[in-house]
Amino acid sequence: MRCSLGILCLLWCARSLLFAAPAQEQKLMVTGSSTVAPILLELAKMYEKQHAGVRIDVQSGGSSRGVADAKQGLADFGMISRDLKPEDSPLEGFPIARDGIAIIVHKSNPLKAIQGATVKQIFQGKIRSWKELQGADKPIVVINKAEGRSTLELFLAYFGLKNSEIKASAVIGDNEQGIKMVMGNPQAIAYVSIGTAESQAAIGAPIKLLSLDGVPASIAEVTGGRYPLSRTLNLVAPKPVTKSLARNFLDFVRSQEAEPVIKELHFVPIVVPR
Amino acid sequence: MFLSSSLVDRIFGWIVRGAGWLSVSILGLITWFVAWESLPLFQKVGWREVFGAKAWYPLEGAFQYGPMVLGSVLSAFGAVMIAVPIAFGLSLGLHFFWSRALVGVIRQILGLLVGLPSVVYGFWGLVTLVPWINQWQSPGTSLLAAILLLGGMILPTMTLMLDQSYARIDRSAVLAAHALGLDMPRTFACVVLPHTRPALGAAISISLGRALGETMAVIMVAGNIVQVPSTVFDPVRTLTANIALEMAYAMDQHKAALFFGAFLLVVLNSLVMVGGWLTRRAGEGVHA
Repeated sequence: MRCSLGILCLLWCARSLLFAAPAQEQKLMVTGSSTVAPILLELAKMYEKQHAGVRIDVQSGGSSRGVADAKQGLADFGMISRDLKPEDSPLEGFPIARDGIAIIVHKSNPLKAIQGATVKQIFQGKIRSWKELQGADKPIVVINKAEGRSTLELFLAYFGLKNSEIKASAVIGDNEQGIKMVMGNPQAIAYVSIGTAESQAAIGAPIKLLSLDGVPASIAEVTGGRYPLSRTLNLVAPKPVTKSLARNFLDFVRSQEAEPVIKELHFVPIVVPR
Repeated sequence: MFLSSSLVDRIFGWIVRGAGWLSVSILGLITWFVAWESLPLFQKVGWREVFGAKAWYPLEGAFQYGPMVLGSVLSAFGAVMIAVPIAFGLSLGLHFFWSRALVGVIRQILGLLVGLPSVVYGFWGLVTLVPWINQWQSPGTSLLAAILLLGGMILPTMTLMLDQSYARIDRSAVLAAHALGLDMPRTFACVVLPHTRPALGAAISISLGRALGETMAVIMVAGNIVQVPSTVFDPVRTLTANIALEMAYAMDQHKAALFFGAFLLVVLNSLVMVGGWLTRRAGEGVHA
């Protein structure tokens, strides 16, 4: 009995080895920004489940790799975590989501709004006490992000800073850590993804999202395109997109079906009606 | 079928020897892999630039490891220095002084603390310890917070190891010391302490290893600024924290730089183990 079972197993293995390769596997290659990659990874998994025989390979390596690969035809889509620039010209951009950064402080902090120039001075160490901002006579605890994070990249680019110019008193990794640190320290100031900050504040975390240059930091303002410290996440491809699989996948990424996945990852989805 | 006992012994010997060599070779492979992955850093940047760097800005091409090695060493050794005397006091109390009911409760608590995940310690550090230190010295996330937290993490293991080592002391030796009219302090100094020396050495090496390797809890309380601290209230970054903070998005030479940090950690840990082994050997030499 046991012996025949073993033989069956062996036969089954041999069969799958011989006949495993499906008649034709359709492949898509997507490369680029590590900010966009998690979105595409999740959506690719969903799409592969719905369409048997389709394989979507998502590789991160920075926005510039996304552009280069799409231009050379190495990838069907490039992912970029910024708006299109003139240099990208032969490529067409397909916005899939928006991403914003909120400046956050502890809930007990009297500050409600802040100017971009002030934020820059605080992070450069030129303003060192909350007293200078009509607060308590306590030092400001500046929380910065670890090198390589896209939030840091956007923050630096927006304020025209280099990371070595920032005088931080603590460095953290992900958004949740930054929020926890601000929760525990009434003197702290940090910048985190708006989606994460808004949802944490909504469930009662003692943090406050500061208005930046007069615009409240909220998903709604990012969606409306009014919040300044934000950017569009794009897919790029040589136009026109001819491959039918690529067209279908692009429609899927910008469909209502994909919306909850993008929201789950704390980005603002951009839905394009089919 | 009947196996002769000598054959069983020999097979068992092979298994044990095999397991020993397997773990040694796994360690060797890890070291080799980590060293191999850090090679691109030196091919692209060069030895002199890496060791002469004045700061850590990997995306701007500056790779300075000194402050992080120092951060790891200071926090781990500081933690051990705090934990050793407390562990000694606790373990002596457990074994010699306190009532059986109290001892039972404390041993249970210590056992529980040994198994507590480090993230729990870290979260406690972040919401309690750091704000507390922040009251007298901003920003709170500091070398001191890391030392206190790591000290708290290694204390239970250390206490239990010492506690167990007393069980090996011949009870009659202690009684004889009493009978000879030695007072309590002298009994400890002449009878108890000499016996705990090997256990203390082992407890210190294990604790140092744990403290050097701890990552999540340290990230939450140490502040992670790459700098040589001038006081215990300054934030520091340890080698482990550096890897965990930056690995997720690192590419090319940045990634290689993080692997070199891991290599330094392996070297540091090996030094601790060799140091522990040497002091233990020296200790045995004194006894013999």
